[in-house]
Amino acid sequence: MHALSLRKLSKTFKGGVVALRDIDLDVEEGDFFGLLGPNGAGKSTLIGIVCTLITRSSGEAEVFGYDIEKQAWQAKCLLGVVPQEFNFNGFETVEQIVLNQACYYGIRRREAKWSCERYLRELGLWEKRRAVSRTLSGGMKRRLMIARALVHKPRLLILDEPTAGVDIELRRSMWRFLERINREDGVTIILTTHYLEEAESLCRNIAIIDEGRIIENTSTEALLTRLNTHAFILDLASPIARTPDIPDFPIKRLSDSRIEAEIRRDQSLTDLFAKLAEAGVRVSSMKNKANRLEELFIRLLDNKLDDEGRQTVSARGA
Amino acid sequence: MYWERSLVALATIARKETTRYLRIWMQTLLPPAITMALYFVIFGNLIGPRIGPMDGYSYIDFIVPGIIMMAVITNSYSNVVSSFFGAKFQRHVEELMVSPTPNAIILLGYVSGGVGRGLLTGFIVTIVSLMFTSLQIHSLFITCSVVLLTSILFSLGGFINGVFARKFDDVAIVPTFILTPLTYLGGVFYSISLLPDFWQVASLANPVLYMVNAFRYGILGAADINIWVAYALILLFIAILGSFSLHLLNRGVGLRS
Repeated sequence: MHALSLRKLSKTFKGGVVALRDIDLDVEEGDFFGLLGPNGAGKSTLIGIVCTLITRSSGEAEVFGYDIEKQAWQAKCLLGVVPQEFNFNGFETVEQIVLNQACYYGIRRREAKWSCERYLRELGLWEKRRAVSRTLSGGMKRRLMIARALVHKPRLLILDEPTAGVDIELRRSMWRFLERINREDGVTIILTTHYLEEAESLCRNIAIIDEGRIIENTSTEALLTRLNTHAFILDLASPIARTPDIPDFPIKRLSDSRIEAEIRRDQSLTDLFAKLAEAGVRVSSMKNKANRLEELFIRLLDNKLDDEGRQTVSARGA
Repeated sequence: MYWERSLVALATIARKETTRYLRIWMQTLLPPAITMALYFVIFGNLIGPRIGPMDGYSYIDFIVPGIIMMAVITNSYSNVVSSFFGAKFQRHVEELMVSPTPNAIILLGYVSGGVGRGLLTGFIVTIVSLMFTSLQIHSLFITCSVVLLTSILFSLGGFINGVFARKFDDVAIVPTFILTPLTYLGGVFYSISLLPDFWQVASLANPVLYMVNAFRYGILGAADINIWVAYALILLFIAILGSFSLHLLNRGVGLRS
């Protein structure tokens, strides 16, 4: 069963701006799915259409087999949405916001209180339940939106950049929470994020959207194996005056005591260190230049990666 | 099941709307009480005795129904327009739109808030008016039904204004340039029998005249118009504005991209 199924989904806004072009996408029930793309790629438009805040121009969208417009009641009952921007009433209390949302789904207030308490406790907002929402910190507001989206117990949860502007500690605790509801409650999660480490860490499958088209849709693992090279930052034990010439290993000098080295999958770090030692360069420490998915993401968007993972000429940059 | 769930949603919107205008009672309930009390003092007590009787009633008795109705109209309208536009502006209207709440229930919920505030303000103004005169109700049914229907009608008007409003200025345009002139020229302070023939006929095109006069008939038993024509017009306008509001919601006008 597909939790979300999109067929030939297109959206053209007034004025002719094409936001989505014939999107086909299936998200399996129980999946933790990442939807990535640069700003303006069409992620939020896609989410807006699924939660009916934006009308589609053509195509079909189904949530657990229910058409989002023709069978709106059934589809919406199964769907929870955490939008990118805060969209709750700043004059209501935390508890009122969550309870009211449950009641909009037809859940009686008395019954909704259990679910409300559970999610407010799990998200660390129970002590703040009587606080007026506009007085909350940014991180609390984000968690409030998650509690609100879950209070009616949806089977599909869509989060549009839920950790934007959230500090690292809180982000990690939100990751753990999302992983738990995905694993234990079986909630299918679709996540859009700019933090690619987040997608790499959480998502089992990833789609990359750019200029309204899905340009990649595969498992996170398969996507990462397409990355043919790794870049490392090497801190040197003693400073160097010029870039060392190491055959087969592209080296970039960043400063007197720091270089960047790129190695292919079929090469080994041992070879690199051996050749650096031959050139009189001694390494004191090493780290990954960037998150792997981030590197791949940038290359995909720049059309730098062909099917075998080799770097090609940038179409965008040309 | 569907209707049971919809009723829970309706009760929630109604409760939320009621809480909203009660929470800000200094802005919603107190000002009309003060304004209308000033009308009673100035037009009723100070100027009224010099004007003399109107349609056979003392001037203050004549204007009380109109002033009550004026409070009901303006408050029903402004409650819905400000609440719905506020929900759009703060984007928390999206809470309702992503939920399965039917559009008819959303409309009913907002209208119930407008009706609640309109009737409560009308009640407060009625209590204030009792400090200046004693009211004799000619027909309780006509009084209550006309005030309720008028409140529904102007709540729907406020809703349509809220749907189309894009900025705060748009919320004030209709009440300032359309609603207030129609209300003041709708026979609140005078009987249209005092007007020249042309303006008497012209006044009949003002829908507020029918509401004010129908309400006055309910209280005093005297009106410038046929009471049944007033009922028919009010119901017709409710049907038109209600259908149009629902159409706007179904199309997502001002709400969906």
